[in-house]
Amino acid sequence: MEFPQFADLERLRAIARKIRGQLVEMSHRGNAPHLGSALSCVDILVAAYWGVLRINPKSALDPDRDRFILSKGHAATALYATLASRGFIDESVLATFNNDGGVLPEHPGLQCVPGVEAATGSLGHGLSLALGMALAQRIQGKTYRCFALMSDGECEEGAVWEAALFAPAQRIDNVMAIVDYNKWQATGRSNEVMSLNPLADKWRAFGWTVHEVDGHDLATLLGVMRNLPDGCGNPVAMIAHTVKGKGVSFMEDDNNWHYRIPTADEVKAAHEELGLT
Amino acid sequence: MRNAFAAAITEVAALDKRVVLLSGDIGNRLFDAFKDKSPNRFFNCGVAEANMTSMAAGLAMCGLRPFTYTIAPFGTTRVMEQIRVDLCYQNVPVTIVGAGAGLSYASLGPTHHSCEDVAFLRSLPNMTVICPGDAMEVRLAVAAVMHLEGPAYIRLGKKGELAVHKEPPQFTIGKGITVRDGKDVCLLGMGNMLSVANDAAGLLESAGVSAKLVSMHTVKPLDEVLVSDVLQRFHIVAVVEEHSRIGGLGSAIAEWLVSKRIPTDRLLVFATPDEFFCQAGSQKYARRLFGLTADAIARRVQDAYSTRRRP
Repeated sequence: MEFPQFADLERLRAIARKIRGQLVEMSHRGNAPHLGSALSCVDILVAAYWGVLRINPKSALDPDRDRFILSKGHAATALYATLASRGFIDESVLATFNNDGGVLPEHPGLQCVPGVEAATGSLGHGLSLALGMALAQRIQGKTYRCFALMSDGECEEGAVWEAALFAPAQRIDNVMAIVDYNKWQATGRSNEVMSLNPLADKWRAFGWTVHEVDGHDLATLLGVMRNLPDGCGNPVAMIAHTVKGKGVSFMEDDNNWHYRIPTADEVKAAHEELGLT
Repeated sequence: MRNAFAAAITEVAALDKRVVLLSGDIGNRLFDAFKDKSPNRFFNCGVAEANMTSMAAGLAMCGLRPFTYTIAPFGTTRVMEQIRVDLCYQNVPVTIVGAGAGLSYASLGPTHHSCEDVAFLRSLPNMTVICPGDAMEVRLAVAAVMHLEGPAYIRLGKKGELAVHKEPPQFTIGKGITVRDGKDVCLLGMGNMLSVANDAAGLLESAGVSAKLVSMHTVKPLDEVLVSDVLQRFHIVAVVEEHSRIGGLGSAIAEWLVSKRIPTDRLLVFATPDEFFCQAGSQKYARRLFGLTADAIARRVQDAYSTRRRP
């Protein structure tokens, strides 16, 4: 499979803005929480799906495709909207998010729509799933890569560190653990609830190659993710420093938006800010 | 049963390149032949069962047929969350193999006992629960799960269980196997209690009570046809299992009876009580304490049979 050829940064920024507008709308219409968490990882998803992953919406189950697992399943709207932007699903389906009997629940199910690689929502599973897929790739003699996007709060799950111990021991080099490090979890500052810092040092100490990046800088995200595997033989962790609620000024770094649902007026204000009206 | 599993998985993996064996740092030397024949498909996943179980799901999602292997409680109740979400909700063909059914490891203490595993796993949608009765059934169960499209649990005893089958029986998941025929009472032996149930059937015969014995190797899906048939034809139907009376084979049958609104005074359940076995002691000792010996079972079945026959 070919690398995608959509690295025009201006275009990607416009796509990210449009997706952010869709997330605000989906949260409002679907009466669904986790908007701040979804907004914080939009740029990571856009970079991955538009400039890194070797995937094809016309053959969503191609055995040679790269795998991207949204381990922080509560950001499902961001995944759905990104998949829609790449043509895996029709954009009209987004309007059915969280509807009774619909195909888009608040946490994604395995292949609930084409392009969703795993059922997530319970934190701390995605990295291990990715490692299993990476072992499969090795056994089958394939060359695909596996990405798992986690939240910082998710790194409090013990299973994450079981996976962190396993991957370097097996010299798994085609896996990237991405941490959407927005410094918040459901009810508090992630570094006050648990002792996450120094997070990059922790991954390094476990034997991972670590990149600390601005999680909203598309050029940097593309550069780091495209470079997997990097030839060193280690698994790679990308600690992406992000802002929860990114893109909508009155949501940024305000943890009320972990649960709050925007009103119609707030949707309008957000869309104006994003230049979508 | 452990050795039978190692031999079976080695054989199946040599023939089918999709088979992958994940071990939770257990079975020292047990899998040497597997590692020799299929070196790139064996992984010691360390003392990290959550990661092992989720990785197995990841392997299965890419078309492989992974088996996880460790001591039963660590591969099941410890990682219920991973089993529920990654294996069952996603419905992927991973087989969990647990060694040390029931009180097999009695002397190691309650941390290593596994008297609740069937109850937990049986409650999960898409899960198949198989408790082979002897080494031959273990081999047949390993071959059989290869045809499943979803997750399965194979519950092993330890080693040195008595062989019950002399010839390989017809083994179908969800279908009990008649080990010996009888006309008065029927024993339903589950897993590592099959040979004990077989001995109990022998004692009953000597006492003049003709006993049928069925190996109920599959707890889920339940062989409803067989259960319905034996409850109609026999004065006493006795479940014999080394598992808590809450949630095991006896429970499964009781649930089925209620769902069909079938009243019965014919069902007896020999199981472990709703308590931990906290003393030091062997499996033999623990079984004696809980009335799970051939003698005790035969005596109670005979009493119940006599009571029912009394005018």
